[in-house]
Amino acid sequence: MKTFAYVRPGSVEEAAAAFADHPGARYLGGGTNLVDLMKLGVERPETLIDVTRLPLDTVEELPDGALRVGAMVRNSDLAAHPVVRDRWPALSQALLAGASGQLRNAATTGGNLLQRTRCPYFQDLGKPCNKRQMGSGCGAREGVHRDHAVLGHSPHCIATHPSDMAVALSALDARVELHGADGPRSVPAADFHRLPGDHPERDTEIRPGELITGVVLPAATGGLPSRYRKARDRASYAFALASVAAVLRVSDGVVAQAGIAFGALAHRPWRARRAEAALLGAAPTAAAFEHAVDLELADAQPLRDNAYKVPLARRLALDVLAGLVPSATL
Amino acid sequence: MGSQQHGGSGQDTAASPRHRSDTTLRVNGTPRTLTVDNRRVLLDLLREDLGLIGAKKGCDHGQCGACTVLVDGRRVNSCLLLAVALDGCEITTVEGLAGDGEELHPLQRAFRKRDAFQCGYCTPGQLCSAAGVLAEAAAGHPSHVTDPARPSGEPVPLDREEIRERLSGNLCRCGAYPHIVEAVEDVIP
Amino acid sequence: MTGTETALGAPAERREGREKVTGTARYAAEYDRPGRTHAWPVPATVARGRVTGVDTAAALAQPGVLAVLTHENAPRLAEPDDATLAVLQDAKVPHRGWFVALVVAETPEAARAGATAVRVSYDVEPHDSVLRRDHPASYAAEQANGGHPGSTEHGDPDTAFASAEVRVDVEYDVPPLHNHPMEPHSSTARWDGDRLIVETSSQGTSTARDVLAGMFAMPAERITVVAEHVGGGFGSKGTPRPDVVLAAMAARHTGRPVTLTLPRRLLPSVVGHRAPTLHRLRLGAGADGRLTALVHDVTTHTSRVKEFVEQAAVPARVMYAAPHSRTVHRVAPLDVPSPSWMRAPGEAPGMYALESAMDELAGELGMDPVELRVRNEPETEPDSGKPFSSRHLVECLREGARRFGWSRRDPRPRSGRTGPLLVGTGVAAATYPVMVSPSTAAARALPDGTFLVQVNATDIGTGARTVVAQIAADALGVEPGRVRIEVGSSDLPYASLAGGSSGTASWGWPVHDACVSLAERLAGRSGPLPEQGIEARADTAGRADADSPYARHAFGAHFAEVTVDTVSGEVRVRRLLGVYAAGRILNARTARSQFIGGMTMGLGMALTEDSTVDAPFGDFAESDLASYHVPAHADVPSVEAHWIEEDDPHLNPMGSKGIGEIGIVGTAAAIGNAVHHATGIRFRRLPLTPDRVLTGLLAHESPAPV
Repeated sequence: MKTFAYVRPGSVEEAAAAFADHPGARYLGGGTNLVDLMKLGVERPETLIDVTRLPLDTVEELPDGALRVGAMVRNSDLAAHPVVRDRWPALSQALLAGASGQLRNAATTGGNLLQRTRCPYFQDLGKPCNKRQMGSGCGAREGVHRDHAVLGHSPHCIATHPSDMAVALSALDARVELHGADGPRSVPAADFHRLPGDHPERDTEIRPGELITGVVLPAATGGLPSRYRKARDRASYAFALASVAAVLRVSDGVVAQAGIAFGALAHRPWRARRAEAALLGAAPTAAAFEHAVDLELADAQPLRDNAYKVPLARRLALDVLAGLVPSATL
Repeated sequence: MGSQQHGGSGQDTAASPRHRSDTTLRVNGTPRTLTVDNRRVLLDLLREDLGLIGAKKGCDHGQCGACTVLVDGRRVNSCLLLAVALDGCEITTVEGLAGDGEELHPLQRAFRKRDAFQCGYCTPGQLCSAAGVLAEAAAGHPSHVTDPARPSGEPVPLDREEIRERLSGNLCRCGAYPHIVEAVEDVIP
Repeated sequence: MTGTETALGAPAERREGREKVTGTARYAAEYDRPGRTHAWPVPATVARGRVTGVDTAAALAQPGVLAVLTHENAPRLAEPDDATLAVLQDAKVPHRGWFVALVVAETPEAARAGATAVRVSYDVEPHDSVLRRDHPASYAAEQANGGHPGSTEHGDPDTAFASAEVRVDVEYDVPPLHNHPMEPHSSTARWDGDRLIVETSSQGTSTARDVLAGMFAMPAERITVVAEHVGGGFGSKGTPRPDVVLAAMAARHTGRPVTLTLPRRLLPSVVGHRAPTLHRLRLGAGADGRLTALVHDVTTHTSRVKEFVEQAAVPARVMYAAPHSRTVHRVAPLDVPSPSWMRAPGEAPGMYALESAMDELAGELGMDPVELRVRNEPETEPDSGKPFSSRHLVECLREGARRFGWSRRDPRPRSGRTGPLLVGTGVAAATYPVMVSPSTAAARALPDGTFLVQVNATDIGTGARTVVAQIAADALGVEPGRVRIEVGSSDLPYASLAGGSSGTASWGWPVHDACVSLAERLAGRSGPLPEQGIEARADTAGRADADSPYARHAFGAHFAEVTVDTVSGEVRVRRLLGVYAAGRILNARTARSQFIGGMTMGLGMALTEDSTVDAPFGDFAESDLASYHVPAHADVPSVEAHWIEEDDPHLNPMGSKGIGEIGIVGTAAAIGNAVHHATGIRFRRLPLTPDRVLTGLLAHESPAPV
């Protein structure tokens, strides 16, 4: 880890100003991934701007029934929040399926979204990685890639995004609130993360200097049945091999609203728009779910050693969706 | 007493002024003010600057839990926390787990009684983590195995499945897990 | 004497328990000598070649960096027996991850930053790192690890197999596995004039001292190696590893004390690993289940640095009566890190394969797998013809079956189901050889009525201090509380290492003998003791290493119940139960912990631990604890260990066999057999992760058209 300067701004505005004043700066949240990567030499900031004490650590119910979650709310607190557990249970479940109790106590909402891939080639300075250094190649493509992407990968990068939380936020139509030099803006969580394309070094749509200030869970998905399920190599404390978050509203015997997202299949949480579209207006039957999920996964392009992810994701999705409707319907 | 610096060998000599900072922590009840290399994580501060070797460096990357301590009462991986960012925080390590006048914390006694360790390297982290688990469950924090339908805000009863899931961030290669679970069960109020 | 009844076998609490639960137990990296510095290694980033240059300028420019050792400036050392210790001695890169430089700095942060800044250039040669059964470089090894003959043959196994009524001919794969003790390999070294003092995380400091004496060409008397507490080893700290050599070199080079803790992700490449083993088992039997032919072929890899042959076909020479048999070890030297010992080397992967094949044979025969094993119980050790000093495998199987509730099992595969979960149970046998090495000990009676027992045992978590105190108290006929124990320093009477499940037998024997002779001397005198007390010493050389006319092995039986999630392919263990016949159990509390610990590691071997040689790069892809999945709490539910009383007079004065390794031996096979029982599918490649299991379940649901 190279040496760096440390500053602790008192407000979001000060943070943005500090970023502008310090070339090579990075924001520091819980640090559970950033400090890890700094130790590996993958991240080499000149300055850390500590945003953990900014007043972004509250969860606030908005008048329209939405919920604003401050970017500095810790993962464990968000998972335990009564309103989250009650109205957006998939989010709580996703958080609790990730990492460990210790890490969740430190990791922040904003930092969780900005965590980087756990691709071993990205983490090893001795091996090629286009995400770390464009042009060096992708070590995983011919190397070990059981955990890598089956959807949306590019010749340059086959990494997956490691977050559980982000998968739930994507399915739940959350929005990510940002603050930058041009002031605040927000983007849908489902569009926040990118596919690698020709720029695998860019994980998200965040602009230089922008700070995540919060996440808003919309009223439209609040109170609906939602679930998160993850498959992993060990029973706890492991990244997903595949995961699914889904929210469903059934009205008059047909699907009136659906949000489905896959984790660990792609460079970003994979919002299953095609499956959702297929479900809208359909009776929520096992056959309908199978048809929808198969439509979504039809474009999967497994690599040499990760074809299992497609049926795994399919089965997880069918199980999660089935759990969202009364059994009598199926 | 009070604010002091331990004779940490190379403290701050490896960093230029703009790469170091003053930080004040209360460690096991004692205020400590140190000038630290900004790179220094809490784990290394405890071990190198304060001579508190209880928190262990098993992986240095948040992947094993041997470094677990309590910061403001919450269990965390001290290997991933920059000391400079903890200015003003209250740190409890295994050395400070037992309360004033207490010889051993009940968890420490239970770990001995149940033979809940072998090599002992993960043990301080297991103990601090278990202390955190008890507090989290009492505060109603759910886990991955808690029934999502369980009402919020009420203490979560810790059965064996809950204990196992909640302690899963603390790896033990000697395989003392079953005895650790028994030890934690022993101290559940 | 009453001590005999009370001390040995009692569940005494660990003597160092207080230190371990209060965080005051001191491990090798925790000796903060004045002026101490920290070191960080630089691993090679090519799989084969030579270092052509090391640019240290940027590293030395880092604040706090004191020195960079390379093959050009490091102290020259005498050639060690173990070539993996010849670090920074030449430009050759035998595998990726081999250390090519070492940065020494004032702080750990500066050392790490310095290591990142070192620029190494290489001449790269093509490499070959992937093991295959038909690898052209493989050859039949003359010897396997442990000094076992590489191959054995009895009768005419090919003909017997070809003509057997029932045949099983199957292949199993066990991947590379990593020890990953929770304490990474660490050493603190300092020179005091011409003396070298080292604290190191080692399973045996007498050996470490002798190795250092050889490499640094100095008398062993001028070296002290201390390992007061060791955070696990599981074989990977059995003999010295590069950290201790590098720390001593760096301390000499800088004139300062040096602590080197190997970064976790660098461990797999430099501390040894369990080599991958590719097995082929051919079992031929009559309709009565009696084996007529047993052939176990093992193919494994070793590095270019040294030949290490995982002795995975050796247990097949011990387990079952078969008139015609052959066991063969083939090894391919590849451009890979050097393999070494990992808990139950040979037995763990070998018994996984053999006991899985036995389960398959039971299925072919339609015979209960417990009964199949009972039916093939040999009269004498099959390979040597020696009588067993004791063998109670059948009792372990019967007792385990009783405790587990085996008789309630529906033998039909896929007969157990709870919702989406398939439920199955499995059994496997276990064995581990009795080993013991010459050691010495001193026992001293002090005027205050207490005793001091000294032996350079190493407590890697086994409870060595505690059990040695029990042995001493027993021999002295006093309460254990009156016996003080000193272990963990090469300045103490020489003793063998904590490995091969031999520690307690090897250390306890001279302790027993010294205490017995001390007790005799005390009985023959009257009046107060002199101020320094009186001492007796013992040395078991010539006895501990004497050939035994008996075949000496511990045995055990493992039972497992698993669930297989038909949605995800996730396999989880519900319960594990082991019953052991391992001689006299000297401390019921710490023995149980060791058995359970071994079973837990076996659970990891079965379900979660996977390592892959990264073909394009030549090292292991899963190098850290986030990607190499040792079992977590949630993976380990009910684990029970039991033992049967076994009175074996042919072992040592305590009547004990080793217990540290047998727990892992049959566990993976029992779990794999349970997965077969649950699913009706035989998975023959470990570990049983969801990718493999789900793929199997899918093929089972809709078999591919032939």
